[in-house]
Amino acid sequence: MTQSRLTGSRIRERRLFLGHKQSALAKAVGISAAYLNLIEHNRRRAGSGLLDDLARELKTDPRSLSEGAEVALLGALREAGQRLPEVTPELHRSEDFAGRFPGWSALVAAQHQRIRDLEHLVEALSDRLTHDPELAASLHEVISAVTAIRSTVGILSGGGEVDAEWQSRFMRNMRDEGRRLSSAAQGLVEYLDAGADQDMAPVVPGEELAAYLDRRDHHLSELEGLNAADAQEIAATIAALISQVGSLQTAAAKDVARRQFQQYVEDAVAMPLPAFQAARKDVTGDPSRLAAHFAQPLPSVMRRLAFVPPDAEAPPVGLVSCDGSGTLILRKALPGFAVPRFGAACPYWPLYQALSRPGHPLRAVVEMPGPTPRRFLCQAVCLPREALRFDVPPVFEAMMLIEPVDDAQAHGADGPVLPVGSSCRVCPRSDCAARREASLLSANPA
Amino acid sequence: MTKRVLVIEDEPNIVEAISFILSRDGWAVATHSDGETAVQAVLDAVPDALILDVMLPGRSGYDILHDLRAHDLTRRLPVLMLTARGQRTDREQAERLGVNRFMTKPFSNAEVVDTLNELVPG
Repeated sequence: MTQSRLTGSRIRERRLFLGHKQSALAKAVGISAAYLNLIEHNRRRAGSGLLDDLARELKTDPRSLSEGAEVALLGALREAGQRLPEVTPELHRSEDFAGRFPGWSALVAAQHQRIRDLEHLVEALSDRLTHDPELAASLHEVISAVTAIRSTVGILSGGGEVDAEWQSRFMRNMRDEGRRLSSAAQGLVEYLDAGADQDMAPVVPGEELAAYLDRRDHHLSELEGLNAADAQEIAATIAALISQVGSLQTAAAKDVARRQFQQYVEDAVAMPLPAFQAARKDVTGDPSRLAAHFAQPLPSVMRRLAFVPPDAEAPPVGLVSCDGSGTLILRKALPGFAVPRFGAACPYWPLYQALSRPGHPLRAVVEMPGPTPRRFLCQAVCLPREALRFDVPPVFEAMMLIEPVDDAQAHGADGPVLPVGSSCRVCPRSDCAARREASLLSANPA
Repeated sequence: MTKRVLVIEDEPNIVEAISFILSRDGWAVATHSDGETAVQAVLDAVPDALILDVMLPGRSGYDILHDLRAHDLTRRLPVLMLTARGQRTDREQAERLGVNRFMTKPFSNAEVVDTLNELVPG
């Protein structure tokens, strides 16, 4: 049976676990205590017969003594050793290291795994950095902890003298940072799971509904194909859908949902899914042509474009709407086009330009900041939400459809590319005349 | 003659790690953690090099660098800036303000030591 360098360590660990004395075990298998001591410190190999005897006395399988879990440990150590190109640990002596310092090697492997997990987490969350200042602050906490751990591990594993007092201090630091990481990571997971967890569900009615619609990608198949003449069936279907949505807990949230679902049904009745998808393929890029085709107002078509399932020929599009106060009502974000969950959005969005020019559709290519700035075609319109009356002022609602575009498409658009952001708090543009407040991402905003 | 570096960073365990590796490399290390009083701390005992975090309590590293570059004593002080954000705009902003080197967290120890030794040879 193949034995690794750690077989002796496992024999010793098993013996101590069972509370056997070294001399007693040695006597039971017919060897001297001194020889067993050498085996336990990995300085002598145990022959296969002796290993069988030891396993029998230690009430375990010989394979668990000879193989154990060190294959994974050695693999992790090798990966950890290759992580920092500027540090060249003696990889060929990994097994020695693991055998002589099992605690340290387990710590290095565990820290390596922790750093790798957190790096993946940070990478996956980087797109969301612009969503929420609270999230940006949490990620900063994670990066700070990772930095401290990486630097400390580099000191402990990179060679050079580290006296006992410093070792102890660094161990304490890593323990503290590990706890901090656990706490920060847990907070992030809870934040991300909030929409699925009733205890963490948003408390604002619109947020409850937004969380649900995000999970459904805004397409509600239950509300497609209903009979417009059967108001009772429609009401019952909407009520059944609301009752199925666990996150809609408050009466206010259910009321908001009922109105939006009713609107969805009206759009679906006016533009049935098969007909809409067929027409969409023939009339690309311009919602006004679809509006003419179905004799529907532009906002209805924009909602339909955003809420029908995407396919290869019709990629996903985003949608936002706001009332006359600028408060966002509908939010369907796109990758690269972050829509703030809280607070106001960027005043340069064509959505708000449309608000100041009711009845005039606007189209502009905008650019969102980021490591790789991304461009989007935004088409916006503002119309009265209800039929006009003489006794009350009109209530306007602006709506903006958002489609990703490549550079070639951008060049074909009306006017120059407009630099925009998500919201001031998370926008790095320092030379912005529309800035309301300082950015977390920029040092000296106007 | 011993080279002196001031580390302005508010994360104590990062400060401890940086201080250790630089001390081991022969640097005399001083530390400071508050953004608001950082400029005065530099002016009180101008070091040979400065390590400056961006996100500090009270005042950002960018603002501190801006003030240091406006002062005769620190106009040419070698500054290595550390930040958790490595976006192009962040780097450009630091360069506009006159940073000598810009490094994204998490960094490697050797990178910090080598960079400082490059900024302050001998």
